[in-house]
Amino acid sequence: MKTVIIKYNAGNVQSVMYALDRLGASYLYTDDEAEIRSADKVIFPGVGEASTAMNYLRRKGLDRLIPSLTQPVLGTCVGMQLMCRYSEENNTTCMGIFDVDVLRFPATPGFKVPHMGWNSIHAYGSPLTAGLPEDAYVYFVHSYAAPVCPFTVASCEYVHPFSAMLHKDNFYAAQFHCEISGEVGQRILSNFLTL
Amino acid sequence: MLTKRIIPCLDVKDGRTVKGVNFVNLRDAGDAVELGALYAEQGADELVFLDITATVEDRKTFAELVRRVAHTINIPFTVGGGISSVADVSAMLHAGADKVSINSAAVRNPDLINELALEFGSQCIVVAIDTRYVPAGPDMPWEHIVHTHGGRKPTELRTLPWAKEVEERGAGEILLTSMDTDGTKAGFALELTATISGNANIPIIASGGAGTMEHFQEVFTAGKADAGLAASIFHFREIDIPDLKQYLHGQGIPMRMTK
Repeated sequence: MKTVIIKYNAGNVQSVMYALDRLGASYLYTDDEAEIRSADKVIFPGVGEASTAMNYLRRKGLDRLIPSLTQPVLGTCVGMQLMCRYSEENNTTCMGIFDVDVLRFPATPGFKVPHMGWNSIHAYGSPLTAGLPEDAYVYFVHSYAAPVCPFTVASCEYVHPFSAMLHKDNFYAAQFHCEISGEVGQRILSNFLTL
Repeated sequence: MLTKRIIPCLDVKDGRTVKGVNFVNLRDAGDAVELGALYAEQGADELVFLDITATVEDRKTFAELVRRVAHTINIPFTVGGGISSVADVSAMLHAGADKVSINSAAVRNPDLINELALEFGSQCIVVAIDTRYVPAGPDMPWEHIVHTHGGRKPTELRTLPWAKEVEERGAGEILLTSMDTDGTKAGFALELTATISGNANIPIIASGGAGTMEHFQEVFTAGKADAGLAASIFHFREIDIPDLKQYLHGQGIPMRMTK
């Protein structure tokens, strides 16, 4: 099986690679169109700021490539946000795979932003959550979130309910960091790799 | 519900953990990678590794350790100790660290915080603040003053304004260590922690003084901390992490329960 991690200016993806190592999965880290198209599984990670990342994807043509992929694609964190229609972060038009807008958590007493740390997810509806305990804890770091929408397959609460995971056709996405979310995160990644 | 975090801190010298009482008497507490993996398995929410040697040669040893840790554990971890440049941070993140902690370098050159946040994102920049309650100068009233060099050297900075400044400059978290309570096992500096946390919009990791499970309960309620950090009480098994989390859970503190 060929797994590709998409290479772009997505900050530190080292921990994603180590997580795949722990699962015994081999992978390529590349931005080459042919390699990405021929992969069995594609991981689209992301740490950083939405507009900078989108500009880079546009320059490389990855903004058109990613939505046209037909194999299973998993976007995480900012990767998930870039798969949505729009991000309020620097007013950024994103790839629009998921028809939902990503909004900043409103300033609310008692809630620091970013939402950082371990929070529980529920209302599962994705093959990626198979075998997870109810209210499993995963690790989040983000200031922007997609509201609950028809593509939501796991939700979480911080200030208000939001989408922890999205799914549409061959596209899967998680707002949290699977790669450092303990055994739960490992299970989600392994579920993705065995789709 | 977002949980409060329990963070064991491993001071590392030559790949092994050490912990000094008030940073002076060092005792050996085992292999750093093994200990980190054990804590992760026991339910630690995050780990901190501090390089307490930080010479150029040891720095390579430390980077190798960071790589082994990242390969082994599946929870977030922060590394710190002598980190003073964009290149240092890049090396640590590249080795697999999720966050880096800067301390003296941020005091010396506050612009470094902005540079690092811009380059790597706020989410991975932790600013460590060592603070001590002392006279602000000859014949001056007592105040919380930022210290560097393991808490030995006072600076001109008042703790609360400095905490606000590091947040404005792009820090993603603050690791607040009270040098007055560190090593005493008499409890965290609750009032100070509550003041800093109440004025911050980023998470505060409280450190210094943990001796009992009740101390953690206090720091999460009266102290308003987002995370509690401790070292020797975990290393010498005075408190086991599963017991601590079970206790706090029972006290109504939101905890990630793994077993």
